[in-house]
Amino acid sequence: MLSFVSAHSPLLAIVIPLISAPLCMLFGNRTVAFTISTLAVAASFALSIYLLWWVKDGTVLSYHIGGWAPPLGIEYRVDTANAFVLLIVSAMGLLTLPYARTSITDEIDENHHTLFYACYMLCFTGLMGVTITGDAFNVFVFLEISSLSTYVLVALGAKKDKRALSAAYDYLVLGTIGATFFVIGLGFIYMATGTLNMVDLSQRLPAISDSRTVRAGFALIVIGMGLKVAVYPLHRWLPGAYTYSPSAVSVFLASTATKVALYVIIRFMFSVYSARFGFEAVTFQYVILPLALVAMFGASFVAVYQINLKRMLAYSSVSQIGYMLLGLSLLNVEGVSGAFVHMFNHAMTKGALFMAVGAIVFRTGSAMLPNMAGLGKQMPWTSAAIVIGGLSLIGVPSSAGFVSKWVLMSAAFERDWWLIAFLIVGSSLIAVVYVWRVIEVLYLQQPNKDVVVKEAPLSLLVPTWILIITTLWFGLHADFAIGFATTAAENLIQGGFGGKEVIILGVESR
Amino acid sequence: MDRIFNAEFALGHMNYWLFVILMMTGLYIVVARGNLLKKIVGLNLFQVAVFMLYISMGKVSGGTAPILIDNPNQLYSNPLPHVLILTAIVVGIATTSLGLALIVRINETYGTIEEDEVLEIDHQMHADEVAKVEKLKPAKLDAS
Repeated sequence: MLSFVSAHSPLLAIVIPLISAPLCMLFGNRTVAFTISTLAVAASFALSIYLLWWVKDGTVLSYHIGGWAPPLGIEYRVDTANAFVLLIVSAMGLLTLPYARTSITDEIDENHHTLFYACYMLCFTGLMGVTITGDAFNVFVFLEISSLSTYVLVALGAKKDKRALSAAYDYLVLGTIGATFFVIGLGFIYMATGTLNMVDLSQRLPAISDSRTVRAGFALIVIGMGLKVAVYPLHRWLPGAYTYSPSAVSVFLASTATKVALYVIIRFMFSVYSARFGFEAVTFQYVILPLALVAMFGASFVAVYQINLKRMLAYSSVSQIGYMLLGLSLLNVEGVSGAFVHMFNHAMTKGALFMAVGAIVFRTGSAMLPNMAGLGKQMPWTSAAIVIGGLSLIGVPSSAGFVSKWVLMSAAFERDWWLIAFLIVGSSLIAVVYVWRVIEVLYLQQPNKDVVVKEAPLSLLVPTWILIITTLWFGLHADFAIGFATTAAENLIQGGFGGKEVIILGVESR
Repeated sequence: MDRIFNAEFALGHMNYWLFVILMMTGLYIVVARGNLLKKIVGLNLFQVAVFMLYISMGKVSGGTAPILIDNPNQLYSNPLPHVLILTAIVVGIATTSLGLALIVRINETYGTIEEDEVLEIDHQMHADEVAKVEKLKPAKLDAS
């Protein structure tokens, strides 16, 4: 049994949550659906830890689905980079579920709860699948599984606020355009190489890297995925989707969806295409780097003027994505590992912040900032979580946000780009402004009415505080994240799919 | 590449020209039309164009449908793009139906499917929300 699980662990991490989605629907009872989905995500989480532990030294696992050898068969390929992202997704998935159970009670109609769990599991499966697969077209398939269920999840917020529907519609249109661009890009590189397996692609592309088809494919893939990542000018769908979706969905989306799409960009830019291709270095320097800087400042400025706390956090997400892209465009090991560390830290921080805001919405029914006046006394634990999360967003020492900004800055110093390092600090100063606005409202203002607001229920507080404590823990014990991120970055910068040794799994099943 | 206009090249890639025209038509409709329903139709057109790209690239000149009957040496088209596009068709149908379902809900709650009017209602709701909380005018704690 154990050896079976071990031999099929990459597949099981995807198949268990996939099967649980129809099971949720079949039983049609929300308690059963909750139990099934929690068990499935927990299994997926355990397998992700197991996989990460297996590949932590740079080993690569190649799982042949159905025993068909790649490049003909579909391959699941686990290396340090995507095992790390798998861990982020599954950990956030596991923490969001118990939170969701309480938070959806007043946000979604009771007879839609099983549907919520089913969509949530499909979304989770899609994100895990995108991360683990080693087949370029399979990325598209899983991406659409996750995107389609995400549109539904966002639209479920319509019970509270009908703007969720128009937000979901915008997201659907832009997300589909992005995914379709991605497929056209894949079509181009398939035309040029005749293969869709990523390893195979990475071996065939260098010889024809001057071909215009290959370059057009690159552009389409980056723009298509850029829409999903919400790279600065392509972020229009994000604020609406994060603001009006149910709290639990905001938490899960903010901490995983954009990170996974960013991982796909990293995978295609560094492994399938190589950073050594001349046109790619130019793209990084003249397109991605300026956009990242504009995102860091522009989106932060917009965040300062938001009156809705959820929307403020959404704009802050756009600016944080700028940091990750900045790390990538430095094109050195430190920069790429900085991007990975920031992905991990930002997932925890933003997850915790959205959870805390969700708890306030649960008690007061509104995410408008002036409504929260004086809540620091009435909801002390929730408010404290927002403060610590905010400090991590700024990057105050001993919080996780500090670690990633430190790595990013040292990467900029290594390239001798002093200006960039100063800009990282400058953008953090704007974060101080918008975080301070929240703290001021929570602690330094009189409560609005005599209405007594109770502290959030434990089922909302516990997941929030688990994330806050991990944020602090990884702020003080940075080795964990930096260790994995550096191993991943070293492999990525080398280009291709090199690793220490490749272990092939799943062959004996045939 | 010695001539500026190569008629043979241009005509030989007829499928791809049609793909480009169809794709851009779809994208244009998505961007330019204000009616949510028309946008979805444009989006569908945009996706269908991609099917055409994939099917075209799978064509082997002189090849038949990739079905093995008796002669294993028969020339046949590349079946892989066909299979890929089957998946993409399913995705396209799912996207279109979900988009239409959302439009039905939008029509029920907003009473319109014109993007301008939906946006206006959204902005009005936001303005109302802001006006409501601005009235609260909280006092500073240290002033009390």
